[in-house]
Amino acid sequence: MPFTWLVALRFLREGRFQTLLILSGVGVGVGVIVFLSALISGLQTSLVDRTLGTQPHIVMRAPDDVVRPARQGPAVAARLEPPAQRLRSILAWQQALSTVRALPGVTAAAPIVGGAAFAVRGLANRSVALRGVDGPSYARIIDIEPRLVAGAFDVSGTRAVIGTELAKDLGIGVGDKLRIETPIGRSDVFLVSGVFDVGNKDLNLRWVFVSLRSAQTLLDLVGGVSTIEVKVARIFDAEAIAGEISGRTGLVAESWMRLNTQLLVGLRSQSASSWMIQLFVVVAVALGIASVLVVSVVQKSREIGILKAMGTSTRQVVRIFLIQGALVGLVGSVAGVAFGSGLALFFASLAKNPDGSATFPVELGPGLFLAAAAVATVTGLLSAVAPARRAARLDPAEVIRYG
Amino acid sequence: MAEPLLLLEGVTKSFGDGVVTHVLHGIDLAVGRGEFAALIGPSGSGKSTLLHILGLLDRPTAGRVLLEGRDTGPLDDDARTALRGRALGFVFQFHHLLPEFTALENVLLPMLARAGRERPGMRARARALLDAIGLSERASFRATDLSGGQQQRVAIARALANEPLLVLADEPTGNLDTETGANAFEMLRRFNRELGTAFLVVTHDMRIADRCDRVVELVDGRIRAERRGGVG
Ligand SMILES: Nc1ncnc2c1ncn2[C@@H]1O[C@H](COP(=O)(O)OP(=O)(O)OP(=O)(O)O)[C@@H](O)[C@H]1O
Ligand SMILES: [Mg+2]
Repeated sequence: MPFTWLVALRFLREGRFQTLLILSGVGVGVGVIVFLSALISGLQTSLVDRTLGTQPHIVMRAPDDVVRPARQGPAVAARLEPPAQRLRSILAWQQALSTVRALPGVTAAAPIVGGAAFAVRGLANRSVALRGVDGPSYARIIDIEPRLVAGAFDVSGTRAVIGTELAKDLGIGVGDKLRIETPIGRSDVFLVSGVFDVGNKDLNLRWVFVSLRSAQTLLDLVGGVSTIEVKVARIFDAEAIAGEISGRTGLVAESWMRLNTQLLVGLRSQSASSWMIQLFVVVAVALGIASVLVVSVVQKSREIGILKAMGTSTRQVVRIFLIQGALVGLVGSVAGVAFGSGLALFFASLAKNPDGSATFPVELGPGLFLAAAAVATVTGLLSAVAPARRAARLDPAEVIRYG
Repeated sequence: MAEPLLLLEGVTKSFGDGVVTHVLHGIDLAVGRGEFAALIGPSGSGKSTLLHILGLLDRPTAGRVLLEGRDTGPLDDDARTALRGRALGFVFQFHHLLPEFTALENVLLPMLARAGRERPGMRARARALLDAIGLSERASFRATDLSGGQQQRVAIARALANEPLLVLADEPTGNLDTETGANAFEMLRRFNRELGTAFLVVTHDMRIADRCDRVVELVDGRIRAERRGGVG
């Protein structure tokens, strides 16, 4: 073992109470950092997950007030007097779809025909949001399958999938019939093939999934689609990719980030305050380490003087104290990681959702642990700089003279 | 005597900026190789100050300190430290050992500091030195678990660890009882005989001074008298 490590370790070991104190200080500090990080990132992930569980990352639709000189393609019904809530189709949507699917960062895109409708069963009727989808490609945007409480996600032919609230309100279930009417006066009868619960009461009431073709007919949008919904690989790239999409296709593309600005502002300010707290914790830990080491330099000034008198160089003396700082940081952070993780897991176990998942989910992982250990070690090292320089400046003649 | 081991030329030392205390006035002193000398003088006469300058722990206000003919004045602190580690050993009056370490480790430390880490043979040499001071069974005792006399003997062994040319001892027997002090002194003399290490020993004890090759008397920062004497 190098001489400097031997002396540093021995100073720490013999400093028993002081070392214990400083280690607990670092441990508590790192623990708070680990706990806070785990909690904040857990909460944020679950918030974002919950939000994006029922939202596409990007929604593309036709631009609003654009006068088109010539109408071609799928806009067959163009000559009809448009009703008030007339839906516009995306022009050349197949082309737009393949363009979007080819963009880097985009993992899936699916066409949707969406519009307002009424679900009617006997005398009861409910205003719903009709969503004509292509089953397989839609599943890659929002996967309803695992959230089905009954039946299957089957929209082929005249089958429909509805939410639990609508099923309850209308008193129907899988295998029952349901009439869908649209404001333009078209209607059709569907067979309920599945009932879902996406964890959102409003959507459980309003979403009615049917096939693309059925929705096109009901909403008078034959051959067209109203939106294309997109999923991206990294959710926080959504805004940038949306910009790219509208540049390439000329369509309006809105990311979830645009549609959930309040959520994002909330997440950002939550992160910012968590960073502030962590920064102050680091500063407090640094001051703690530095002050304990300064005291130890004063206490050990004779020893340092003797070490210098017997040929220990200034560089070696500096290193002895830097090593102590770094070691205190590292060892303290191991204790802190254990403490913080324990605290986080305990906290997470306190409150459970009915399905057994934690109300306060925490995210603990090797990345967080390594980061905490690195921050603590570097903090320890930096905190030791001032004490080390003090030790290096000690004049051996001075400390030896005054016993 | 050929070229002296350590040579002081016109060394003066003053302390303080405002109120200046002049401690040493024009000291000329040569310490030869293998010599065993005593430095005596009343309290406050500047013995410790002189020893620190001789040991390159402190710099003179004026004058030169030459080690093996080489002026140490121009050397920076690290070069002086390296020189000290190689050529000089210290035995201090008040605080001897590092309390965090065992007797053996205390003897080992100067070797470790010099080499940076433990090398083969170091531990054996430290053991041999402990053997020579009759403390081999106390090798793994904590420094603080040794008696004052034992600690002083370990300090002597430690001063000899790097086979220095000169050992500077500041009242090494000062706080030992007469008999223990005499034993420690005998030990120094033996090392001087057997290893050829030069010693400069500060003492108040005239019986000890009388048994040195040479006695230098310091009064008020000046060398008042020098005499050769004693038996070998
Ligand atoms: N750093 C300093 N600042 C001011 N004065 C000092 C300093 N160091 C020593 N002195 C003064 O120098 C004088 C000599 O001190 P020194 O310690 O060398 O004496 P000494 O001969 O070793 O005495 P003793 O026998 O008591 O150990 C004393 O008057 C002391 O007060
Ligand atoms: Mg003295």
